[in-house]
Amino acid sequence: MSVRYTRDHEWVRQEGDVVVVGITDYAQSQLGDIVYVELPEIGRTVEQGKEAAVVESAKAASEVYAPVSGEVVAVNEAIADDPARVNADATGEGWFLKLRLTEPQQFEALMDEAAYQTFVAQEQH
Amino acid sequence: MNEWSQALSGKPAADAAPVATISGNRGLQIEEPLLFEQDSPGRSGVDLPPVPLGKSRLAGLERRGPIGLPGLSEPQIVRHFTRLSQKNYAIDSGLYPLGSCTMKHNPRLNEKMARLPGFADVHPMQPAATVQGALELIDTLAHWLKSLTGMPAVALSPAAGAHGELCGIMTIRAALEARGDRRRRILVPQSAHGTNPATAAACGYAVEAIPANANGRVDLAALKAALGNDVAALMLTNPNTCGLFENEILEIAQAVHAAGAFFYCDGANFNAIVGRVRPAALGIDALHINLHKTFSTPHGGGGPGSGPVVLAAELAPYAPLPWVVHGESGFHLVEHREAEAARTIGRLKGFHGQMGMFVRALTYMMSHGADGLRQVAEDAVLNANYLRVRLADVLSVAFPGICMHEVLFDDRFLKDTGVTTLDFAKALIDEGYHPMTMYFPLVVHGALLVEPTETESKASLDQFIAVLRGLAARAAAGAAEAFHAAPHLTPRRRLDETAAARKPVLRWRPEPMHRQAAE
Amino acid sequence: MRYLPLTDADRSDMLAAVGVGSIDALFADVPAAARHEALLDLPLAMGEMAVERRLGAMAARNVSAGSVPFFLGGGVYRHHVPAAVDHLIQRGEFLTSYTPYQPELAQGTLQYLFEFQTQVALLTGMDVANASLYDGATACAEAVAMAGRVTRRNKAVLSGRLHPHYRALCETYARFAGGNLAMQEAGPGGSEDLAALIDSETSCVVVQNPDFFGEIRDYSELAETCHQAGALLVVVVAEILSLGAILPPGEMGADIVAAEGQSFGNALNFGGPHVGLFATREKFVRQMPGRLVGETVDAEGRRGWVLTLSTREQHIRREKATSNICTNAGLCALAFTIHLALLGETGLTGLARLNHATAVQAAERLASVDGVTLLNDGFFNEFTLRLARPAVACVDELARRGVLAGIPVSRFYPERDDLADLLLVAVTETVSLQDIDALAAALAEVMR
Repeated sequence: MSVRYTRDHEWVRQEGDVVVVGITDYAQSQLGDIVYVELPEIGRTVEQGKEAAVVESAKAASEVYAPVSGEVVAVNEAIADDPARVNADATGEGWFLKLRLTEPQQFEALMDEAAYQTFVAQEQH
Repeated sequence: MNEWSQALSGKPAADAAPVATISGNRGLQIEEPLLFEQDSPGRSGVDLPPVPLGKSRLAGLERRGPIGLPGLSEPQIVRHFTRLSQKNYAIDSGLYPLGSCTMKHNPRLNEKMARLPGFADVHPMQPAATVQGALELIDTLAHWLKSLTGMPAVALSPAAGAHGELCGIMTIRAALEARGDRRRRILVPQSAHGTNPATAAACGYAVEAIPANANGRVDLAALKAALGNDVAALMLTNPNTCGLFENEILEIAQAVHAAGAFFYCDGANFNAIVGRVRPAALGIDALHINLHKTFSTPHGGGGPGSGPVVLAAELAPYAPLPWVVHGESGFHLVEHREAEAARTIGRLKGFHGQMGMFVRALTYMMSHGADGLRQVAEDAVLNANYLRVRLADVLSVAFPGICMHEVLFDDRFLKDTGVTTLDFAKALIDEGYHPMTMYFPLVVHGALLVEPTETESKASLDQFIAVLRGLAARAAAGAAEAFHAAPHLTPRRRLDETAAARKPVLRWRPEPMHRQAAE
Repeated sequence: MRYLPLTDADRSDMLAAVGVGSIDALFADVPAAARHEALLDLPLAMGEMAVERRLGAMAARNVSAGSVPFFLGGGVYRHHVPAAVDHLIQRGEFLTSYTPYQPELAQGTLQYLFEFQTQVALLTGMDVANASLYDGATACAEAVAMAGRVTRRNKAVLSGRLHPHYRALCETYARFAGGNLAMQEAGPGGSEDLAALIDSETSCVVVQNPDFFGEIRDYSELAETCHQAGALLVVVVAEILSLGAILPPGEMGADIVAAEGQSFGNALNFGGPHVGLFATREKFVRQMPGRLVGETVDAEGRRGWVLTLSTREQHIRREKATSNICTNAGLCALAFTIHLALLGETGLTGLARLNHATAVQAAERLASVDGVTLLNDGFFNEFTLRLARPAVACVDELARRGVLAGIPVSRFYPERDDLADLLLVAVTETVSLQDIDALAAALAEVMR
């Protein structure tokens, strides 16, 4: 199972011809207790690097950018009902949306796990 | 269930109260239920004259059911709101060092003047002949604001600082469009108030942030690089939100003008320079002045305010309606897009602006006079600098050198103590002080922005300094746990903001269970 | 100077502590050309007595409403405010506190705002209300902007019977925010086919009840039409007391209510400060402008209040905020809350009945004057008269006779000759029978 990361702290996991997108554990820990998640409509096409969702804590709001271009084929309604799931399990049950890739080469160009960990270490520095 | 127990949440206490009382009250801190929990149907706090007989002419659209408002008598109401008031901190009760907010003493003469029937009991649409004094007051206020800033025109109708920003940016856009110049971007320093980017966006502009330099001022090179022929304006706060005067302001203005853009100044901190500095000489094209800050019409728990905008000659023709003119037959209002107002952006507020605030501000200005206002700026700046030098060795001053009316600290002094800026601020509450502004501006880590204002005595400052020094020492000595739990001595301890935002309860609703139990 | 505690001795001690020789050194960053070296050409400091004399003289040049028979409304109404209101709002803990950003030190402000939000929601028949905006007109402009966000559409339809200042504000805001407006021509009579102006780009239809000319209308059908077309219905209420008697907008299907709350607790104030009310449906709450107070618990599990859903606001969301508003109308909202609390259900409905009955008496009496026609069918406490002469001349003449008779509609629409003979007359509980007699008699004389 192949996972990639962005500099905006999203993770992307490939599952057949779709990818699952969420925010990283580091991102949820920086935001603190998440109180609200806004998800896109199914069927909308999103462009790489553009806003796909919004995640909010009591005192901060942050955009979730599409790590790759694609069509939204599923969203995780469970986190809209209970945003605490993102804090509890950011890389599992706390996923945000699924995209059908329009430009598959974008996926491979993202950071792998090791590169992302180095990136986070630098950012914390 | 009685009224008292309803004021409690019913949830078990997370940790024990300092003293458990039967009532839940703690001495002078008295629990107070909501108005809606004190209802007795049919009771009222007013006695009305009899209703004259006659046929109703409500077009058959009478209300069908009860509204649900509670019935209370006057003594209950007076007690309710008195008790609520006692749960508030106020400038009347102590030093209120909220940086950028200017919590200074509110003279009571301002209140008395604003309540004169000739000002308070006057309708905005009365014939001009019956409101000559009101129009004279507006004209006089305009004269003071123009004299203090050196600017040729002033728009008085904006209702607050952010509304003034809207006015300023709209006039700028109108002036640009009149030149046939549709620009797209507005530049805003990183340290700006959130209202600046929000205003720019509301006027249809993209916002671009300009970083600060190592001295807490606008990075001039970055500004010059960002300027271009699609930049409409720079919105700059001066003195800025780091409490510093932008010492390269003339070059900034020159660069902005050279790019064909306008220079908007957020005057939230005008109190630092009033009577000492002439904004017109700084190259400013528009500047809003928060009357509720600099001229001490009270904050009132979040308003009402008033945000007049002084304008350069090039922007003046676009000022919003209405304005006061002195003619042969006395004062009158220009209220419509007629000859002399052909280029106005239109109307920004119902009627003529915040008259009640105008009266208070003019009372304040006249009380101080040209000499007193200058002294206001000097004392405000002196007080802030005194705090800075007396605290420099225990807190970490964010930027070196002289500050203006407020001093910015960052959280380096808390490094490795386990205490955060938030904890430090909350501990200050237990010491009887309102905290300073926290985590703003965003250009330093864990910001603590302290604005003492000119209405604090030296003794008051010395006492505050002693408390801050004591807290800093306590944090350094490793008392993180006590800080995390603060405040302990307030009517409520730290409140769960996450729970509030996850499942918002924004109004009271009758709960059938409560109702039955109460009856 | 009575407001400045530092003595000259303090100042020199403090300058020495700071390590500078003079106060000028503290202003060294200011370019020399921008320093006022000398005092400005403005009066010098004055004692309380002198200031009172100056301002008292200005105040005395105005005819205050309480000194004459008085009939002006048009979005600002003269009501009797119980003495307790002004006493309570002048308590320093309310008057001299800041926006409640530190909830542990502001439970008083937060609780009254929660009560205010509840009162506004109950009165308007809506789910939720915010903690106030500047005034009714800005609330209306904010409502149009919010409808745009909710529907992602860009065209607002404005009724011709919406208050002209509210219309003007919508025009100003829309011009700069890039919105489109379809405006009906202003006028009191006949029917207005707003439904015909709704298309697939329409975000909302904005109507007023009672309308600017005083007429009470049922907007239930219009609400249906809006909803079928995917648009919102915005209902403006300029006289909030009317909701003590008539069907609230929420029961007509309104999606947003933008209202002026001045009638409760607040003086005429020559037009400001007043208090903007803003209420909507629960499902739109995250698109609302302005502050919101919510219920929560503290670390000991006790009920308390905080500002909430703040991520909508400018101090967090910056250029993506729902509005740029920061300071609102806190103390005016407190006055509103206290006055409405004093009234309660019985007092409010009684006061509304009293207003209406007095207004009906006045309308019938005035309509019996030669040359005067009542244009309204159903109204609350304000109505429109058609006069046999231009209204502005009558009003000026009546003012000279010591009667403030109402507002000539031409004050708002000077370019509209067809509205020149219309007079807007408001009759609240502060109007006595003698006042009505005086107006009728004076009107009869100037009609001759």
